[in-house]
Parts: sequence; structure tokens; C-alpha cells
Amino acid sequence: MVTSSTGEHALSMIGAGSHHKETFISKYIFSTDHKMIGKQFLYTGMAWAVIGGLFSVLFRVQLAWPDETFPFLEQIFSNWFDEGHMTPEAYYALVTMHGTIMVFFVLTASLSGTFANFLIPLQIGARDMASPIMNALSYWLFLLSSLIMLASIFLPTGMASAGWTIYPPLSILPQASSGSGMGMTLWLVSMVFFIASQLLAGINYISTVLNLRTKGMTMTRMPLTVWALFFTAIIGLLSFPVLFSAAVLLVFDKGLGTSFYLSDIFIGGKALGYSGGNAILFQHLFWFLGHPEVYIVVLPAMGIVSEILSLSARKPVFGYKAMILSLLGIVVLSFLVWAHHMFVTGMNPFLGSVFALFTLLIAVPSSVKVFNWLTTIWKGNIKMTVAAVFSLGFVSMFISGGLTGIWLGNATVDIQLHDTYFVIGHFHLVMGVAAFFGMFAGIYHWFPKMFGRFMNETLGYIHFFITFIGGYLIFWPMHYLGMSGVPRRYYDFNEFHAFSEYHDMNLLISVSAIVVFAAQFIFVINFFYSMKRGRKSTELNPWKVNTLEWTTPIIPGHGNWPGDLPTVYRWPYDYSKFEDGPDFIPQTVPLTEADIESDKKNLH
Amino acid sequence: MQILLIILAFVLVLVVILQVGKVVELVSVMRDEDERTEDTSNSVGFLFLLSGIVLGLFIAYTSYTEYGKFLPVSASEHGVWIQDLVDISLYITGIVFIITNVLLFYFAYKYRYRRNRKALYFPYNNRIEILWTVIPTLVLTVIIGLGLNKWFKIFSEAPTDAIQIEVTGKQFAWVVRYGGKDNELGKRDFTLSTVENELGVRWKDKVSKDDFLSDEIVIPVNTPVHVNIGALDVIHSFYLPEFRVMMDAVPGIPTKFWFRPTITTEQMREIKKNPEFDYELACNQLCGTGHWNMKKTVRVVTEAEYKKWFSEQKSYYKQNIAKIEGGASVDTDVIAEVNSSKD
Repeated sequence: MVTSSTGEHALSMIGAGSHHKETFISKYIFSTDHKMIGKQFLYTGMAWAVIGGLFSVLFRVQLAWPDETFPFLEQIFSNWFDEGHMTPEAYYALVTMHGTIMVFFVLTASLSGTFANFLIPLQIGARDMASPIMNALSYWLFLLSSLIMLASIFLPTGMASAGWTIYPPLSILPQASSGSGMGMTLWLVSMVFFIASQLLAGINYISTVLNLRTKGMTMTRMPLTVWALFFTAIIGLLSFPVLFSAAVLLVFDKGLGTSFYLSDIFIGGKALGYSGGNAILFQHLFWFLGHPEVYIVVLPAMGIVSEILSLSARKPVFGYKAMILSLLGIVVLSFLVWAHHMFVTGMNPFLGSVFALFTLLIAVPSSVKVFNWLTTIWKGNIKMTVAAVFSLGFVSMFISGGLTGIWLGNATVDIQLHDTYFVIGHFHLVMGVAAFFGMFAGIYHWFPKMFGRFMNETLGYIHFFITFIGGYLIFWPMHYLGMSGVPRRYYDFNEFHAFSEYHDMNLLISVSAIVVFAAQFIFVINFFYSMKRGRKSTELNPWKVNTLEWTTPIIPGHGNWPGDLPTVYRWPYDYSKFEDGPDFIPQTVPLTEADIESDKKNLH
Repeated sequence: MQILLIILAFVLVLVVILQVGKVVELVSVMRDEDERTEDTSNSVGFLFLLSGIVLGLFIAYTSYTEYGKFLPVSASEHGVWIQDLVDISLYITGIVFIITNVLLFYFAYKYRYRRNRKALYFPYNNRIEILWTVIPTLVLTVIIGLGLNKWFKIFSEAPTDAIQIEVTGKQFAWVVRYGGKDNELGKRDFTLSTVENELGVRWKDKVSKDDFLSDEIVIPVNTPVHVNIGALDVIHSFYLPEFRVMMDAVPGIPTKFWFRPTITTEQMREIKKNPEFDYELACNQLCGTGHWNMKKTVRVVTEAEYKKWFSEQKSYYKQNIAKIEGGASVDTDVIAEVNSSKD
């Protein structure tokens, strides 16, 4: 550890650092240290991922063995089973909560929350977030919203069951679905706190990136992880308020009898008094967030993967500026494609054609990114760490899931494939498994920085190969189901002869899902075991990389650098730049003549 | 007991895996780091390539075995256009899928870590970037051009001679109404809905008098059918997979879809080699706990069969409503009931 002469001065400046007496509560609970808040997001996200995964296993059991009885499951989940069979009420509630949990709590809050909090200050050379208290508040609001959602699981009338997209009128009328009573109310209240949490976090990430970069860290010297997290925060800040407004209007319709979304409803032998509302309006508002949301989920993973592929291949990321521009392209276009979720709602065909056009255009920046990743590993010298294989797995999943987006974005083809299993296969590969892979890659890679120890590699590889192959076995066959017209959200396929021909595939999917879910416990065990007992990290820079977080002590205190903040002289991707010498040059190493010569040749 | 055993076995397996991981780690840290990285990259690189090959074989094999189970040839005119677009999309994305995935697995294996090799410093090349921005843009423009051309045809105005049908979704069934002899559907008002007249048909509207309800959708082959789609309670979706027809049914907002069936039920039974086959209407928008079971049979028949069936249908008004009393008094009763439910 290098201590400069100004080190002590800096230590006294950051005061709250290691000298301040810390109690368990101030260190682990009411911490304002960005690294601790990042870990809090991670732990909460892991808990949610286990619950969300368990829910999916339960409803997959129903789909694979609709005629079997499961008395032992009934013993545990007595509310959801009747005579050994899962009830349709429980099935739709589990489907709804699986989506809500995975999309919002795991892949939005936890993925961004963990890595934006942990990495942004460390990688741009800041002591903490721009507003640490706001940052802590964002976590506590997230936890509050989590607890409210968790409480809804235990309601006697059932949790929300109108799908994670909560389309009215189904989500508003308790007569139409019992989950639309108290369950839906708690869902909405939870979401209000969740959105507040996301906004506090997003504002913080943006202002930190813009204002707290250390000396020499220009915007175009930031690692792609920071760029991706920065863009993610911008998308969230622009789109979440729209979901907020949509939810508030839904609350009005539900509780105050207004008619924003409801009209002409005859249910239970009675015509209700709503008139003049528009159920499709909600879908527009929802998807105005809902589509950017998928980029909120996948952008941080893209950033992490770009970084890890480059440092594993010991090669600069190919087309750094093209990578930033394609991220920007995705950000802009992501706001112009939302109605491709609504091609068959009866909207004006001209409107549909505009959205189809923009939707196919958004494939361009995505494909640029894929080509750049492939070129990044081309002629590299790839260290196959666990983080590296997860990143490579991400690219494969992203390609496979992304290409089917070209089918679905084409409005005409969507008439056939809309809301079929084709869609389920598509988005689980491209934003489900892929985003999880980005998250796993990040955790395996930055674990030594988080806890000063390494995760066990063997367990990591076992985890990867089961999840990678299993992920394909689960989601690939869904494309066949979709192309055969099998609709999503069906409790039982046997009522329709057209949908009942896929029993073997459903069996394969469910068995794979159970195996993959079980394999995630290898990760969980590895995570907690390595935290306490893993191999100790003894070097400052164990992966030999260029970015700033590896210039901090092995376990950085509050304030990150004990001495002055580091000064940055170069971009973060100087890997294998010169024939002789080490194959990496950290950002803190001043430029030499040879550097200037080389940059003229290579970077224009 | 059973569940305890399962959990116990599961925990045992995890502990074993953990112990193996620990042993491997203990052995490996004793070795030189570069050498270790090279060895690991070798074996993991190979396994990664192998997993790619296994997945490739799985995909190839299942594509072959599942292909025959896909939707049969489209039973409507526009469905064939959609099928063609699906094929085009399959070829283009299939080629890109194979090339990019093969390169990914191949590069990952070929360029795995070697102690005495250095990676190529290749940070940027504008020409390549422009090339692979422009090519996808052009290809996607062609795909979308072909798609939108058909899109506007599919959603063009229905021919004037189209048979008017109304299909209304409710939890958890479909109500099918025909325009009757005049081929015109009587107007509706949801405030007139009662148990006897759940559609809320305005019986004062003269054209409503000959409307009839049907237990199944019967349509003549090669004749345009204009489906007026609606819903009583929550959003449903009118979905005929074999005809490639899908359109949401939204309470308060009428939607429509017109199509021309080209294959009768009898013919499709021969194509599918299944004498039991029937076209079925399904719901494709989550509408509650019975969503998965909103079935209605669709029968495509010859022109002659249709005419015969049509002549046998009886006006709903004459059968059910006229008997109760006159239309006018029914209306006032309903309004009174709606007003009381509003309070």
C-alpha cells in the first residue's frame, strides 16, 4: 500500500474513515458508505432472486405435471394447493410475482444498485457518492417497498395476480380477480416507494459521475461500466416517473371511483358506473417505462461485460467510442419503441408502423455492440476466469435472445407471435439470463474488492456450466412452443388440442428449470463461504487491470483512498499496448513518449 | 418426511461440491500463477467450446424433431403472408445466429491464455464500425419494408361484402353474434346490459331484431369475414392461431380484424391427418383465473353449408326478449337497475 506524504492530511480530512468509532449498527445498517450500500442492495437482491426463482419452479411444476398431485408441496404451501394441485389463483399470483420480483427488485434495483453504488465512486476516483445520505435513503426505501411486497404474499385474498404488467381493468376490479383486492393495493404502494428509491439513486449516480470525477478522469477516460451505469440512471430518471403517474391514476380508479382507465364494464350481472376511461391508456403509460426498463436491466450488464471481456482478453475493448455511441443510441431509441408491446391492441396501424420501424432500428446499436465484443476477444489472450466465461455466456445469450427481437419487432410477424411462448423465450434470454450473467460476472470479478477474498473458482465453473447449458435448455424450446401458437400465461394447455402437443418440451423445460434453480445454491454457498473463509486476496491488483478501484487498499475504508485521490493520465484499456513490458498499464501511470507515439497511430 | 430427505440430500451434494472446490483450490495455489492460469484457461476454454457444440447439436436436433409440430399451413389468406415473413426472418437471423455464435465459441477457445503470447493491440477501426452499422441497417430496412407492406394490407378496410360477426369476451367465455339477414349488427349500450341481454343490445335499433347468437363461429370458406371485437369486463384477446389472427378485446373500445379463410375444417382435418381436428378460438390476454379455458369452436364450411346453417338460425330478440315483454319496458328496467348499482 502506497502512502504519500499528504496521506495523513487526507485521512484527517475524510475523518469518518477508519478512526471514527464504528458500532455494528452504524457500520452495517445505517451506513452511508457507498460500498456498504452496494452490498446491502446485493444481499436484498439475492434474497429476492431466490424467492422469485422458487416461484418460477413452482409454476413450472404445474405446467410439466398438470395431472399429478404434490401432497408434499401442499404441506409447505398449503394456501396455494388444493388436493395436491396448484390452484389457478395461485398459479396466476406466482406468475405475476415472479415477473415483478425479477424485473423490478432483482434486475433493476439490485443489479444497478449493487454495481452503480460499488463501482461508480471507485472507478471515477471519488470518496463517496455525491449525496451519501440520499443514497442510504434510496436503499431504505427499496427495503421498505420490498417488505410491503413480501407482506402481500401472506394475504388471505392472495397477492396481485393480474400479471406483472397489471393491465386494468383486471388489476382494478376485485370482482374480476381476488388478487386485485388488497394484494394489488400493496403492490401499488410497494411500487410507489420503489420508484422513489430508484429516483433518489438515479439522481445520485448521475450527479456523482458528472461532478466527482478525479483529476484527469475526463468523460472519455471512464470505464464502460461507468458509462453504462450513467446511461442506465438517465433512462430510469426519465421513465420511472411515468410509471409513477400511471400507478397513481390506477390508485384513483381503484379507490376513488374515477374512470381514467375504465369504461363500459358489465361484470357479475351488473353494469358498473365507470364511463369514458381508456384501458389502453394505461398500457401506453406502463410501456413508456416498461420498454426502457429492459434497457435499464441490460445496460449495466453490457457495461460489466465490456469491461471484463477486455481485461480478460488482455486487449483494449474494440471501438470504445462506438460502444459509448451505441449505448447512447439505445438510450434515445428506447423511448421511441414502447408501443411494440401493443401491436394487437387495436391501435392505429400507422402508429404501429412507426413503432415497428424504430424497434428494428434499435437492433443496429445492439448488433454493433455484439460485433465489437467479438472483435475484442479476437486475437486476444483470454484468461478464462469465472467472470470471463460468464461474460462470454452473456454475449451468446444476448445474441440468441436479441435476434428473435427482430421477429417480434416486425409488427406483421407479431400478429402471429404476440403473447406466445416465443416472447417468453426471447425476453428471458436477452434480458433475464443475459442480465443475470452480467451480474454474476461482476460479482465473481469484484468479489476480492468487496470482501478481500476470492470466490472458489471450481464452484464458479460448475455454477457457470450448469446455468449456461440449463439456461438454453429452458428457454430455447419455448421458441418452438411459440411458433406453434402456444400462448403464455396458460395454467393448463390440455384444453386446446393445438397447445397440448408439447408435453415433452414442457417436461424438459421444467426439469431444466429445477436443476438450474438448485445450481444457484452452489453460487449462494460459494458467496457466503468465500466471504468468511475464501482464499485471501494478498495483492492490490490481483486481476492485473487498469481501472482505479484496484489502486485502493485491499479492503478500502470509508473514503476509499487513504491518501490523495489518484490522478488519471490515460484511458482504462491500455492492455498489451507494447511488445515488451507488462500487458497492462493502469490509468494512474503518466503517459510516456512511446504512449503518445502509439496513440497517434492507433487512436487518431 | 419425504421433503426432509430431499433437502438433506441436496445439502449433502452442496457440501461435497464445496469440499471438492476447496481441495482443488488448495492444490492450485501451490503452483506458479501464470502456469495455473494457462492450464485453467486451457481446460475451461475447451469445456466452453464443448458446451457450445453440445448446445449446437441440441438446437439442431430439436429444430428437426419439433418442426412438424409447428402451426399447420395458414388457413387464411393473410396468414400465408405472415408465414413468408416468418421464413425470411428465420433465414436472416438464423445465418447471423450461426456465424456470431460460432465465432464467439471459436475465438474463446482459439485465443485462450498462453504465457508467452501477447494480445493484439487493436483498439479502433472506424471503417469496420461504419461497415457493421450500415449493413445491419440496410438488412433491417428491407425486413421492415416487407413487413409494413403486408401490415397495411392486413389492416386495410374490410371489403363491403364481408360477413359481419361480433365476438365479445367475458370472464370466461365468448359471445358470438351475427348481423342476421341484413348483415348489420344492432347497436349496443353497456348500460342496457342485463342477465338476459348481457351484450346490452339496443332492441329499439331496427337492425338488431334479426341478430342471432351462436354457440360456435361458423364461416364460409373464401369469403371475407369482418370480426367486430369487444369485451364486457376485462381485456381479452381474440386469438385464432391457425388463421394467424390476433386482436385484443377491450371493454369500451371496439376493435376489429378482417380475414379471408381459405381452408375448411374438413380440409384441415386431412392436412393434419386428424379426424378430430377443429379450429378453436382462444383468449390470449390474461383475464383472470379461467383465462386458459376460454374455448370456442370455429367451423369453416363451404358456401352451401353456410347458407343452410344460416337459414336455420333464429333471431335472438324473437326467441328471448320479445317473450319477456316489449323492448321498451326492458330498457327502463335496466336503467333503473344501473342507477341503483351506481349508488
